[in-house]
Amino acid sequence: MPEIVLIGINHKTAPVEVRECIAFSESDATAALQALHRQPDIREVLLLSTCNRVEVLLVTDNKPGAIERTKDFIAGYNKIDRSRFENSLYIHEGDAAVRHVFKVASSLDSMIIGEPQILGQIKDAYRRAASLKTTGVILNRLLHRTFFVAKRIRTETGIGDRAVSISYAAVELGRKIFGTLEGKTILLVGAGEMAELAVEHLIRSRAGDIYVANRTFENAVALAKKFKGTALNFEEIADCLKFIDIVISSTGSPDFVITRSQVKSVIRIRRNRPIFFIDIAVPRDIDPAVNRLTNSYVYDIDDLQGIIDENMEDRTREAIKGHRIVDEAVINFRQWYDSLAVVPTIVALRNKIESIVEAEISRTLQAGQVSHADRWMLDKMGHSLVNKILHDPTVFLKKDGMAADKSAYIDTVRKLFKLDR
Amino acid sequence: MHILTVIAILFYMLSAAAYFAFLFIQKNYLHRSAYTALATGFVCHTAAIVYAFAATGQMPVGNLRETLSIAGWAVAGVFLAVQYRFKLKILGIFAAPLVVLLMAVVSLLPAGSAQNATIFKNFWLIAHVAAIFIGEAAFALACGLGVLYLLQENTIKTKKHRFFFKRLPSLDLLDSAGYACIVTGFTLLTVGLVTGFVYARSVWGHFWSWDPKEVWSAVTWIFYAVLLHERLTVGWRGRRSAIMAIIGFAVLLFTFLGVNLLLKGHHGGFTRW
Repeated sequence: MPEIVLIGINHKTAPVEVRECIAFSESDATAALQALHRQPDIREVLLLSTCNRVEVLLVTDNKPGAIERTKDFIAGYNKIDRSRFENSLYIHEGDAAVRHVFKVASSLDSMIIGEPQILGQIKDAYRRAASLKTTGVILNRLLHRTFFVAKRIRTETGIGDRAVSISYAAVELGRKIFGTLEGKTILLVGAGEMAELAVEHLIRSRAGDIYVANRTFENAVALAKKFKGTALNFEEIADCLKFIDIVISSTGSPDFVITRSQVKSVIRIRRNRPIFFIDIAVPRDIDPAVNRLTNSYVYDIDDLQGIIDENMEDRTREAIKGHRIVDEAVINFRQWYDSLAVVPTIVALRNKIESIVEAEISRTLQAGQVSHADRWMLDKMGHSLVNKILHDPTVFLKKDGMAADKSAYIDTVRKLFKLDR
Repeated sequence: MHILTVIAILFYMLSAAAYFAFLFIQKNYLHRSAYTALATGFVCHTAAIVYAFAATGQMPVGNLRETLSIAGWAVAGVFLAVQYRFKLKILGIFAAPLVVLLMAVVSLLPAGSAQNATIFKNFWLIAHVAAIFIGEAAFALACGLGVLYLLQENTIKTKKHRFFFKRLPSLDLLDSAGYACIVTGFTLLTVGLVTGFVYARSVWGHFWSWDPKEVWSAVTWIFYAVLLHERLTVGWRGRRSAIMAIIGFAVLLFTFLGVNLLLKGHHGGFTRW
């Protein structure tokens, strides 16, 4: 009976220095996969390599051999010593391997729980393996179940619902204030990776005009070009608060860039339309007192981090439901997997009995001469004996009703008749 | 009590329970069943009212019991419309219990006797009563939306996102739905007052008689008129608008019930029990 084995390394078991040594790039993956598939003992194989993990999922008849060969292959292919990564490897077999694949694909095993990329990466890995025909009956079935489980967990739990990055948290907040971000005008003060990422997210939510202000006007012009916006002088900020909906600030200024009185003076001109300040700078750019003005909201970096921490907790809570769904799926897969073993067991049982009958008939007939017709009669009788004897056990093994502990019965039958030598 | 009313109350209760469950377990099927239950209750309730109308030949607003029943019916109806228009799932958590509360009072009040039959056949009076009730229901929902707005605003301002943040819709949606309710309520209140004047003229010979109900209705009307005016001119929106919607509804409740129970006047019969 073939077995499912998973050999891998991830961000929890190995530091990046080790992971990067054995990662397979996009272009390497095809050749590596084919090379792996050519190894003896490996019947089916799938190779997943991302920046956080390298995993080899395989089906084999000879577990220890396949594991050794895979380790050697990883070492040989990447030209590093086995000892460098061997202690970081985890090896799962059978149900544990299936559970691991389900968990990885549903992002329950990710560094950031619920992040959506991993499923796509597994799909790519499977597509590659399927096109190279390195997967067969078992892995095909397993991967299709994996995609199903991952999708189910995403829809039935809140694992990916809430923002867990500063820029997404800001966008989520904006939605709660404005409803839709479509057409909202944005002012970016200063520059910085996080601030620019937030602007990009807002643009993707179809925000409106974008203004960029910077102490150095050239920088403002450069950023404005990047976002197809308008560059402003630093002194113009107070004035344009009249029509801006969302302000993202990230300057190195030691003082407040936007003060309470500046905002207060435009509220009436804005006809009380809400204004949302996202202050990513340290020290802060926006006077926190602005938050106390009507219809204006200020979130600084700590506030956003606080939201993210809460959301992370939510995701961790939701992950518990995800684990339950995974457990259920593992049991279902196990039942299908066991049913694979029924047919070979029945065939082996029949072969064994038939060979006994044949051997005994031959031995009996050696003693005296028997005509062809008699020999034919005896053979026929032997056949019907085998059929009659095996009828009930065969029906029993094939019956669906015993699905729950099929493996136990198969095990018993195999032991009882000593089918495994 | 008519069997249809009883069925309506049961459906309303079912709806309120489902909305409560929806608040805690955010599952769409809960919201759908709550909405369907409320709609079913509303249909039964409408049938009960039409039946009463047909049986007696007059509008069933003869005593407090019938009046509150109509009020509950109007709230349910206006909520269904607002929900249909704005998809504000969470508003049900305010509207359904309000309807249940009204109907609970209805079922506790004695059936009593309706007042003189003849006056409720007049067209102007029927228009007057219908417009006022539906308008008041719209104001009630505006008040509920105001409460939800303040809750959500508080969540965002204090940055404590625990419970309401994800359950309540955006501030903008709450604000614009509240505004729509106030505009509707105000329009209907105006229609109700005008038809009331016309009816008063036809019965008593003069438009205005300084009846306490009339005075307080005028106060209510002016209150909402100011609110709308400020919104249109200086852009009163958000927090202030929400608070005003809540205060406005308190004034309205006083006009609706307080005046009848505490003061005297020619509307007294509606709340007799």
